Amino acid sequence: MANLIGQSVKRVEDQRFITGQGRYTDDITLPNMTFAVLVRSPHAHAHVKNIDSSTAQNAPGVVGVFTGADLEAAGIGGLPCGWQVDFKNGDTMKEPPHPVLALGKVRHVGDPVAIVIAETRDQAADAAELVDVDYEVLDAVVNSVTATQDGAPQLFDDVPSNTAFDWALGDAEKTDAAFATASHVTTLEYTNQRLVTNAIEPRCAIGDYDASRDHYTLYSSTQNPHVIRLLMSAFVMGLPEHKVRVVSPDVGGGFGSKIFHYAEEVLTLWCSMQLKRPVKWTAQRSESFLTDAHGRDHITKAELALDTDGNITGLRAKTYANMGAYLSTFAPCVPTYLHGTLLQGLYTTPAVHVDVTAVFTNTTCVDALRGAGRPEATYLVERLVETAAHELGIDPAELRQKNFIPAFDGVEQPGYETQVALVYDSGDYAANFQKGLEKANYADLRLQQQAARKEGRLMGIGLSTFIEACGIAPSAVVGSLGARAGLFESAGVRVQPTGKVSVYTGSHSQGQGHDTTFAQVVGDQLGIPLDDVEIIHGDTEQVPFGMGTYGSRSLAVGGMAIMKSLDKVKEKGAKIAAHLLEAAEEDLDFADGQWTVKGTDQSIGFADVALTAYVPHNYPEGLEPGLEFTSFYDPANFTFPFGTHVAVVEVDPDTGQVSVERYVAVDDVGNIVNPMIVDGQVHGGVTHGIAQALLEGAIYDDDGQLLNGSFMDYPLPRADELPSFETDRTVTPCPHNALGVKGVGEAGTIAATPAIVNAVVDALWHLGVRDLQMPLTPQRVWQAIQDASA
Amino acid sequence: MTAAFDYHRPASVDEALSLIQQNEDAKLLAGGHSLLPAMKLRLSTPGALVDIGRLEELQYIRDGGDHIALGAGTTHHAIESSDLMAEKAPLLAQTAAVIGDPQVRNKGTIGGSLAHADPAADYPAAILATEAQIVVRGSDGERVIDAADYFIDLFLTSLGPDEIITEVRVPVQGANTGSCYLKFHNPASRFAVVGVAAQVTVENGTCSRVRIGITGAANAAFRDSGVERALQGQAASADTIAAAAANAAQGQELLGDTFAGEDYRRHLCRVYTGRALTQASGG
Repeated sequence: MANLIGQSVKRVEDQRFITGQGRYTDDITLPNMTFAVLVRSPHAHAHVKNIDSSTAQNAPGVVGVFTGADLEAAGIGGLPCGWQVDFKNGDTMKEPPHPVLALGKVRHVGDPVAIVIAETRDQAADAAELVDVDYEVLDAVVNSVTATQDGAPQLFDDVPSNTAFDWALGDAEKTDAAFATASHVTTLEYTNQRLVTNAIEPRCAIGDYDASRDHYTLYSSTQNPHVIRLLMSAFVMGLPEHKVRVVSPDVGGGFGSKIFHYAEEVLTLWCSMQLKRPVKWTAQRSESFLTDAHGRDHITKAELALDTDGNITGLRAKTYANMGAYLSTFAPCVPTYLHGTLLQGLYTTPAVHVDVTAVFTNTTCVDALRGAGRPEATYLVERLVETAAHELGIDPAELRQKNFIPAFDGVEQPGYETQVALVYDSGDYAANFQKGLEKANYADLRLQQQAARKEGRLMGIGLSTFIEACGIAPSAVVGSLGARAGLFESAGVRVQPTGKVSVYTGSHSQGQGHDTTFAQVVGDQLGIPLDDVEIIHGDTEQVPFGMGTYGSRSLAVGGMAIMKSLDKVKEKGAKIAAHLLEAAEEDLDFADGQWTVKGTDQSIGFADVALTAYVPHNYPEGLEPGLEFTSFYDPANFTFPFGTHVAVVEVDPDTGQVSVERYVAVDDVGNIVNPMIVDGQVHGGVTHGIAQALLEGAIYDDDGQLLNGSFMDYPLPRADELPSFETDRTVTPCPHNALGVKGVGEAGTIAATPAIVNAVVDALWHLGVRDLQMPLTPQRVWQAIQDASA
Repeated sequence: MTAAFDYHRPASVDEALSLIQQNEDAKLLAGGHSLLPAMKLRLSTPGALVDIGRLEELQYIRDGGDHIALGAGTTHHAIESSDLMAEKAPLLAQTAAVIGDPQVRNKGTIGGSLAHADPAADYPAAILATEAQIVVRGSDGERVIDAADYFIDLFLTSLGPDEIITEVRVPVQGANTGSCYLKFHNPASRFAVVGVAAQVTVENGTCSRVRIGITGAANAAFRDSGVERALQGQAASADTIAAAAANAAQGQELLGDTFAGEDYRRHLCRVYTGRALTQASGG
């Protein structure tokens, strides 16, 4: 149907999700299947002196027990890292082996030591308790600054100071000069705390080796099946890629944590090869806490230089980024190219410099988590700007307005070249900000705040703007920055003889709504009903090589690959239509699923053209039959969504409890295909961001034990703690893709965290509170009030 | 993934009693909302479960004249939604309404909660403030335990190993008496970091009887007799309440964890005692 783009079509996938009919990896049961349970290290750092699995081998139902030595003997390699960031002095990134099962040493609690496979999961769990591992416990280090200091426990023999790499971006000399001449410098030191990802569906993997065909199938809860297949084939297991199939059915949330290649994927498939039976592993929630890659964990000192009028003249930052015990698949790019490059924010800051040290510690690996580096960057910039405004006695809104990059559309006006290696595509930041202020009724909020203070109430107003680089990514650009993969996307469009359309996309939904949004694009472009379109994803045997879903890339990159194939369908369809209508192609119009000879009522429908393509009796000479195209789209640039968020909070002065009273989000994510889905993404993202500000945070003790590794202790946000979100938009189309879309999956998360912290600090500034460390638990806020008034 | 266990579903309390006496490592299963998670984590590995969750003889809310008798198998939901409770023992009903979430309240039972004695459970505060009695049955027959004698330490009560809680008797709330349960919850578990139950009788503007139960703050829920004494006989005013609440949890050793340290918990005891007293006294 025409004009499907822009409609709030109900999500076609929700029927099955809401009625419990989703089909997740754990729902798959194969004949003769066995079940795996992993023996995991209870220690954060230890030598493994001996593993005695003899008792476990003989336990009821056990069909196999394997250790790192078995894998090593079979030539199975470690888990690879997909991004290389070398040291500032040119030295190669330290990339120590990440064994699938521990070899001689364990480096975080949960590090896998052995795998036990049995006829039932309970039998495997019973037998796993019988594997006797002799550990020599070593001192652990969990803090990324401490880990670099002399005398700190060393995780690897050949990684001095536990440092994987250091990295810098921007003009250090120019930035230092800006600070030397600044009339005001604002400084913040803080930890952007470690978050546990907590997808609702625990990870799950089933390995199924078919000896009769020498064929390897892995079912896995992953965001990018082809990437997993490539890594397993080329780097870890040396399998023939053409005989390897990775299937990822419905995925119940990923938020980044299911991008990465995990040990259990290798283990289930390899064990299936040994046992000639399918092997299934499903994470328990406590395993998810310990082994799904975590996010954030930056220790940062950030400074902003300003002149007397509140013009920003420089920004510099030093960050220690915690990598955890090993380099996860994309870990090195997160604190560098997804973080340092965003420190320009929306401002004309003429000098920016960022320095990052990436550090191994005895903790779970850290990698991309919703926003991935960009929330950390936005927090850094927006906390600095807000604090500077308070320190200078300038309204935080006014200080931002003074410093915005002027509007540019990326077409008539060129993209904006930042101090930190990016060229923003298009934006009218001041107009978006103005709309945000108006939607929040900002001026009136300030009056309400004054009145509240007179009553002894602690009301705070927090602003945050944000910009993110998403639509990841132009392959050549990321290749020059260390990526060991391309970041294009693929799409096959197969028009069936009846005119129904099957779309094979390399993007892969974890709940985002691909089945609906992509179908809207196809229906809109071909003029056919939504019901005539099926979106197929998550199976390497069906879908052309694609890169998956993360970095808010599915529509801007995956959607554009579909557009390319649709263009080819329309082009070929026009040839067939012209032949049938006995007209010249250039005399045809295509609209509402019909090719019409201009100025006549002679037309032919899409379904008739499709049928003709497969029953080519009366057919253009020399034209191939069929109506099916596969395309690959590599974007010209990142896309750059931006926005303005306003939080209104009230702090209970007796307890320090923060209540979010209002939340206004005015985002600009370019053109919109489905407004309802976009609003839903903003709601979810904002909730995620609020949760970082107020609730979440992994807590390790000095021995490397995760103290809050369950939902009894690790809080997730709940609806009754949140206001009804007030969302609105400005629309600045992306100039470099035909859909004009930018991406929305991460936007809310990026902006919400600083907006909330800014609001709480704003509520307490007059009491003398200057900064607060996340999460802003009631105890911390109460203590800050006490300390300020002491 | 629980370890293997035997499962029994007795038809009566007496049969349940004999089963737990025969099986040394048997555990009683009622609503299962504390026991089953512990078993899934293998923190608890009982050899047998004796499921009393469906025993109808334990599921009732009866008017006992001066008290309301609650069968130990009565769910939190039944208690929160009972008209009789709302009229005669509102403090228990109000407390039941803020336990966990609807799923927990539909399955969890008052007997199970009291037997488990989680230090952060909600009921104990109200049980103490109402001066309820816990009726238990064992091989030596039935005995009645006063609330003040029941809660001993972390997960430890005066319930014997072979005893089953059969009934909870909650005194009917008297005339001129108000009550209130307020909790500061842990944002993850929603258990009480500090939960304060207050029952206050105000006659001619004077607090003639004050009862305070505090849960979550210490190893076991406790009556705050210091606050009670400080307010009893005083005028029911903001000032007297504030003065009494300022000494809440005085002399008590309190818990501390990463979410709320000991000092902060003590502070919360004071704030929530003040707020609960204010509401209970009609302020």
